[in-house]
Amino acid sequence: MSTTSVDIHQPHGHPDDPHHQHHFATMEQQFDTSKIGMWLFLATEVLLFGGLFVGFGLMQARYPQEFVEAHEHLQRPLGALNTVVLLVSSFTMVMGVLSAQRNDKKKLVLFLILTIICAGIFLTVKYFEYSHKFEEHLLPPRWYHAQPGDTVKDPYTGQISHGYGTFFAFYFMMTGLHGFHILVGMILLAWIAVRAHRGEFSKEYYTPVDLIGLYWHLVDLIWIYLFPLYYLIK
Amino acid sequence: MLPPQGSAYAAEVDTVYMALFWLSVVLFLGIAVCAIGFAWRYRYKPGRVTPHQTHNTMLEIIWSVIPLLLCIGIFFWGLHGWMEAAVAPGEAMEVQIVAKKWIWQFEYPDGTRTVNELHVPVNKPVRFVMTSEDVIHDFFVPDMRTKQDIVPGRYTQEWFTPTVLGVHHVTCAEYCGKGHSDMQAKLSVDTDADYQKFMETGGTEWEDYKNNPAAWGKLQWERKGCSTCHSIDGTRIPGGGPSWKGIWGKMEEMNDGRKVLVDQDYVIESEDFPQAKIVKGFEPIMPTFQGLLRSHERQGIIAFIKSLGNDPNGGPPAPTVLSLPPKPQPGQQAQGGAQGQAK
Amino acid sequence: MEHTLTTQPHTGDRPRPAKNYLNAEKGIWSWMTTVDHKRIGVMYLVGVLSAFFVGGIFALIVRLTLLTPSHKLFGKVLITAQTYNRVFTLHGAIMVFLFIIPSVPAALGNFVMPLMLGAKDVAFPRLNLASFYLWVLGAVMAVCSMIFGAVDTGWTFYTPYSTTTDGAVTLMTMAVFVLGFSSIFTGINFVATVHKLRAPGIGWFDMPLFVWGIYSTAIIQVLATPVLGITLALLALERVFSIGIFDPKLGGDPVLFQHFFWFYSHPAVYIMILPGMAIISELIPTFSRKTMFGYRAVAYSSVSLALLSFIVWGHHLFVAGQSQLANVIFSALTFLVAIPSGVKMFNWLGTMYKGNISLETPMMYAISFLLLFAIGGLTGIFLGTLSTDVHLTDTYFVVAHFHYVMMGGTVIAFIGGLHYWWPKMTGRMYKEFWGQVGAVIVFIGFNMTFLTQFFLGSQGMPRRYYNYLDQYQPLHAFSTVGSWVLGLGLFLTAANLLASLRKPYDAPDNPWGGTTLEWQTSSPPITHNFEDQPVLEKAPYDYRPEPVAH
Repeated sequence: MSTTSVDIHQPHGHPDDPHHQHHFATMEQQFDTSKIGMWLFLATEVLLFGGLFVGFGLMQARYPQEFVEAHEHLQRPLGALNTVVLLVSSFTMVMGVLSAQRNDKKKLVLFLILTIICAGIFLTVKYFEYSHKFEEHLLPPRWYHAQPGDTVKDPYTGQISHGYGTFFAFYFMMTGLHGFHILVGMILLAWIAVRAHRGEFSKEYYTPVDLIGLYWHLVDLIWIYLFPLYYLIK
Repeated sequence: MLPPQGSAYAAEVDTVYMALFWLSVVLFLGIAVCAIGFAWRYRYKPGRVTPHQTHNTMLEIIWSVIPLLLCIGIFFWGLHGWMEAAVAPGEAMEVQIVAKKWIWQFEYPDGTRTVNELHVPVNKPVRFVMTSEDVIHDFFVPDMRTKQDIVPGRYTQEWFTPTVLGVHHVTCAEYCGKGHSDMQAKLSVDTDADYQKFMETGGTEWEDYKNNPAAWGKLQWERKGCSTCHSIDGTRIPGGGPSWKGIWGKMEEMNDGRKVLVDQDYVIESEDFPQAKIVKGFEPIMPTFQGLLRSHERQGIIAFIKSLGNDPNGGPPAPTVLSLPPKPQPGQQAQGGAQGQAK
Repeated sequence: MEHTLTTQPHTGDRPRPAKNYLNAEKGIWSWMTTVDHKRIGVMYLVGVLSAFFVGGIFALIVRLTLLTPSHKLFGKVLITAQTYNRVFTLHGAIMVFLFIIPSVPAALGNFVMPLMLGAKDVAFPRLNLASFYLWVLGAVMAVCSMIFGAVDTGWTFYTPYSTTTDGAVTLMTMAVFVLGFSSIFTGINFVATVHKLRAPGIGWFDMPLFVWGIYSTAIIQVLATPVLGITLALLALERVFSIGIFDPKLGGDPVLFQHFFWFYSHPAVYIMILPGMAIISELIPTFSRKTMFGYRAVAYSSVSLALLSFIVWGHHLFVAGQSQLANVIFSALTFLVAIPSGVKMFNWLGTMYKGNISLETPMMYAISFLLLFAIGGLTGIFLGTLSTDVHLTDTYFVVAHFHYVMMGGTVIAFIGGLHYWWPKMTGRMYKEFWGQVGAVIVFIGFNMTFLTQFFLGSQGMPRRYYNYLDQYQPLHAFSTVGSWVLGLGLFLTAANLLASLRKPYDAPDNPWGGTTLEWQTSSPPITHNFEDQPVLEKAPYDYRPEPVAH
């Protein structure tokens, strides 16, 4: 076996595109590779949340009554509002990617900023929800205070059941992890908005916009599962 | 290679074990002979050309299917033995086990309790209903080939029919901390008569110690688990309690500032209500022994502590002759017995 | 000493290039900021070997403590039970999370895999460097947890012990969390690389089997590690905020932790062993000078082991209190693992049959692997069988079994692979004689240390025991002496390899007559791997004398 003299210096011969990395033969290969990487990353995200969903399911099976009663303490209108806000943000994100594909720099920046604003609204609403929980002591078991309407007692201690606190422990873990992802998404969106403003993207190269779009849709999708799980269980 | 067989079930497990053992030996020798044999038979010769064998479908199917059939056979054989061990017969005697760092506590059907010493009648099935007060432990009796984790917050079961008289070893097989390897118990398989006698007196052994209460107390110190936390040479066991050396008759300072005389009352109170008074500088970690000690065992421990003490003030006299004890009253259990007769 | 290689080295007619990846840039900073997969592989190698050294010292301390039941040496008690528990915990955690998991994929895989594919780098070079720094961060956190209070939970962190004990358990679990992300990023990188960066002409079934093994491993890393991450995060939150999921005092379920933990950690066993098998699949054809027998079967068996690894976790819980039905199902599934493992073993032997076998150091390790892994695999049958498992689980039998698989399998293969690719990585040949002596001593020492432990376990000696009954003392003492022999063998091996670094470059491009692409470039390779884009003309492991057009 021997090497043939196919000109491998040719990849450096994309002088027109500064985004082309030397170890890829073509831009197309580079784009496909990035997409595979992003999909794999999203798979790990799904599994990360998946562990929490399984834990929630098992605890719900253990404390069915407590979980139903505890969910009454959540503010359903605020949750619904946030769902709408995120759905809108998914739409603006899609429009952003579309604008990039159409070489429309102005609209790309606009839609990215709209997406960031939606994310900001989401987190603001979340802030009010969280502060309400802290004031009412709707917290993990050690700090949970019984609320009117909580009926289940621990059969051994006679205290209020741990199930209520466990519900809120999971509420804070899952919405907290989700909120963290929103925050990271905002930073990433701001970063590509700046790059878009500088005119770095075109219909030939818009990989970061596309990848962060994928990420953003996953974050929305997770909320689409979280909302009925927490706010609408019966 | 395997420990002695203490039950009929053990013999069945051993049959599977030995069959697997010899199967493994044969397969291993086959692989070794091939690997080393080929390396020798086909050792390097410059210029020799090797055949280009890419695959042989028939051969590959054969060496996939034969192991598969073998594995299916072994699975069902193992399943058969295990099914037997999974369900206890209905007439089995029931012993409750409470495991805690790092002692075994056994409660018999009549409410008698022992620590680190388990008596069962020979040739009768016994079923153990087990729970833990702190972390996960595991009730492992090598001679019976049985093992089961003991999980806090739930009950697990294990059973066997002992067939061999004498003492068998019980050991904790799930890592539980500093004293894990000291969490041992003796399983004594008795004749019916011996078992009845044990139920009445807690065993006949104490008679040998009638005139030497301190030695009897030392035996209790070893058996009841005191030695895990209390040294007798004045050293402090990390994470344990005060050494017993030289404390008899001493005024000890408690963590709330009180001074307390170490005497008979104090020792008995510490056995039953260990959290009542904590010596300054120690943690409240001792489990209660209420309902677990017969009075001659208590007397022995007191005599033993006294034999280690040399406080000038002396203290109240310890008994010199042991008296036959009344049985511990199952009624007066502390929190340790919360599981009681729960089923 | 002259190399006594039985193979005629192919030096080729090409002169050694003046600049290679090692000397093209100089200075610490050029290493710390490199995105070259070869340099990152070398940095990983230094890192994991340091972890191996530290973990090995802890292992020797454990064995020394168990020399006598009194733990005394020259009249002094060596260490207390508390310290002993910390030492074996650190041994396990360091060896598993800092050494074995990253050893073959992140160190050797990083270096070799792109070369084998004829690629210039991995798909995401900067992510590659980031995952190395995450490994460093995880290692630093693990070291900090040792300094600030140590950890005594065992490497499995079982609740509720781990939620109630003192010490730096939270920091250690966070360290493992970070290491998990390092592993995830490596996995993502490698999957993307294998999919998209193969040189022209390399189809899926033209890939070397090492790449197949690394690819299967990467899939498990991506799909299993996030569950470990979330499990350890839950454990840390349980410790800090008492969330009540694992702690029975708060209504949680401690067995749930074991399910979560083994859902990752059983696949992790295959993260550890598949790359070891992958190395053996390179060594045996090369040193037998014969094509791989049943190439496709070996490739498929790697993938099927990766998939099976996700559905057998429950066999760790036969006595833990899971349902009886679950026990039966998991036992049955576990037996399926034996089939692809057996297929690999038979194909390796089939490759050696009628070969032209020379016993250079890497091949000595390959044959060691065959023998040790056979024992590790066969004793696995005892543990998959329900009735015998009940007696043997949580005893030294299990300790011996997984050391035969992890150390006798993966680590032996790793050291064999290290000798195989050492000339390529460093450009230097080590002394063949001392390499072979090291291999023999390691083999003898390993068996002395761990074969005895099967008998200890069968007799009923539980694992993680500080004190033990006097009757076990002879076997324990024998095992401890074996650990010294093993340590000596590893020390010799390390000294032999390190000594070669003092010489000038002397390794030929293809010292063993290998057929895969990494041997086509210079030793050590240039920064961008190949002067010209390599094109595959012949499937790997084709040892027919006449080149055949592809």
